[in-house]
Amino acid sequence: MTDMVIRIRGLRRDYHMGSEVVQALRGVDLDIARNEYVAIMGPSGSGKSTMMNLIGCLDTPTGGEYWLNGHEVSRMSDDALARVRNREIGFVFQTFNLLPRATALQNVELPLVYAGVSTRERHARAQDALRRVGLADRMDHRPNELSGGQRQRVAIARALVNRPSILLADEPTGNLDSATSEEIMRVFESLHAGGQTVIMVTHEADIAAHAARTVILRDGVVHSDRPTRDAAA
Amino acid sequence: MPFLEAVRMALHMLRAQKLKSFFSLVGVVIGVTFLIAVVSIIQGMNVYMEDEFANRLIGLNTFQLRRMPGINTGEVSEETWRAWLRRPRLTYGDADYISARVRTPVHFSRYCSERLELRYAGKNARDIEVTGADASYFGIKTYDVPQGRPFSPQEVRASAAVVVLGDLVAEKLFERTDPIGKDVAIGGLPYRVIGVVAKQGTLFGLSMDKFAIVPFESPIRRQICMWNTMDELHIQAANASQMLAAMDEVESIMRVRRGLRPTQENNFALQNADGALEGWRKISTILFAALPGLVAISLVVGGIVIMNIMLMAVAERTREIGIRKALGARRRDILAQFVVESATLSTLGALLGIGLGIGLAYTVKALTPFPAAVAPWSVGLAVFLGIAVGMTAGIYPASRASKLDPIAALRSE
Repeated sequence: MTDMVIRIRGLRRDYHMGSEVVQALRGVDLDIARNEYVAIMGPSGSGKSTMMNLIGCLDTPTGGEYWLNGHEVSRMSDDALARVRNREIGFVFQTFNLLPRATALQNVELPLVYAGVSTRERHARAQDALRRVGLADRMDHRPNELSGGQRQRVAIARALVNRPSILLADEPTGNLDSATSEEIMRVFESLHAGGQTVIMVTHEADIAAHAARTVILRDGVVHSDRPTRDAAA
Repeated sequence: MPFLEAVRMALHMLRAQKLKSFFSLVGVVIGVTFLIAVVSIIQGMNVYMEDEFANRLIGLNTFQLRRMPGINTGEVSEETWRAWLRRPRLTYGDADYISARVRTPVHFSRYCSERLELRYAGKNARDIEVTGADASYFGIKTYDVPQGRPFSPQEVRASAAVVVLGDLVAEKLFERTDPIGKDVAIGGLPYRVIGVVAKQGTLFGLSMDKFAIVPFESPIRRQICMWNTMDELHIQAANASQMLAAMDEVESIMRVRRGLRPTQENNFALQNADGALEGWRKISTILFAALPGLVAISLVVGGIVIMNIMLMAVAERTREIGIRKALGARRRDILAQFVVESATLSTLGALLGIGLGIGLAYTVKALTPFPAAVAPWSVGLAVFLGIAVGMTAGIYPASRASKLDPIAALRSE
């Protein structure tokens, strides 16, 4: 129990579209242990984006429980959720979501600004994170001076800089060519090997194949949950 | 988020959008420029009016006893004017009567003047204020006589035909030659020049050096005032409170001498620098009353423009807000970011306005005789208003930004 990073029970999320109620998630149960590497898959409309938003604490569920690192986050206030996002979750987005006018270093420092870390420590930790993703020589470049793969590595450095409990990636290779995708997957694998819990939302089977465990959602419920080799078979 | 971080982010963003930022500041810049310039000019005028105008026109700690007021604020009706003309003239006897009774230590000088022509060796100077006065007049007017000497009480008693010239008159008649000891004709009568008063400069652009001072009862007296009368009695005390005491004394002494009953009004006038300043005080009060309104209008307009710019900024940067929220920015962090950005923008405008306002004040100082004086409080007020307008204008856009849903914000283009 204690080494479960994520414990989800009966998670539901309804959306109100005018008078209609759309049930995006209709009771999901999911446990993820520390240092797992999990891919969440599913066709469009399966509830995977909703799942990703809920795990990432960007959204709150209509019903059910979500425990992150032993804290129930399903009933937290906006500010408390912001704090959880800051400390516990490192986001990697399909579209990188870097601030265009800030340098790589400034982008990586951003979560530390909101964590209230001093300027000097911020520099040191952000530089360290960029070194870990192999961008020691690109720290003062702005996003538009970097390739897609480099941008995604800046985003990964930013996700890791606050030492989060989970690295949450949403279609991390969706905007990258296959060679660069492989490169990013190798970064994820080495992070996982270093003890990082990684959760990846994707609809690409060959990307999901890098994870050790694959959860497939369909119509708002868990359709299958097994080690990746079985899921691929 | 630390405050300095927010300011740094704001400056970063403003640098990225220089032109737009500049135009959004026009309202604040105009408002503050106006505030600084008008306050500076009014303060400069105050200094000028009090130090220069009143004291040079009347003399420091000095008041005048006259038949009727010499400086009037507002219109004087025909009827009042006729009543003034019926008043008795001041006589030598009045002067003696007062000087024998005033207890406050004061200096007296009788005073008469008329515009006459001066001639010397074929050159002439027209329209010169020829003043008959006692020897104490030089002290009362604080006239230095660096060249030659003023006349003495003995020369006044002897009705000596000597004259002390104003700087401009000496220059006109004698150019670069030494005027001392030369004989000039004043209104056709011969006078010997014994001194030249130091240059007085200009007041409201008029020369203060076009005069000639002669002993009160010297030969020209019959051309400048009627026998046994005078235009004014100048009375100078050692300081302002003694001057007021002396004014009260002179008033009651004169009422006794004229035999006025308590219900009757004075049939003479007492005038000091305060009286001369009254008109100016009225004008400056009106200007100071109108100033807040004018400044407020420009600042409100400036604030609305900044609010619009900030709303645009929030709309354009929705995705940035989403990213910041995903990375852990709380509502209050986003709120602070945009309020600080707005306040920084507006404060920059205020600083620009302070610079322009001071520039304008110094331009006025350079081009007019008024010494513009920048008031430190107006600069402080301008900075405060800049910050206040920016923060007020920033609150609504910032609160919109802080309430954005992170998921929707991240998805926006």
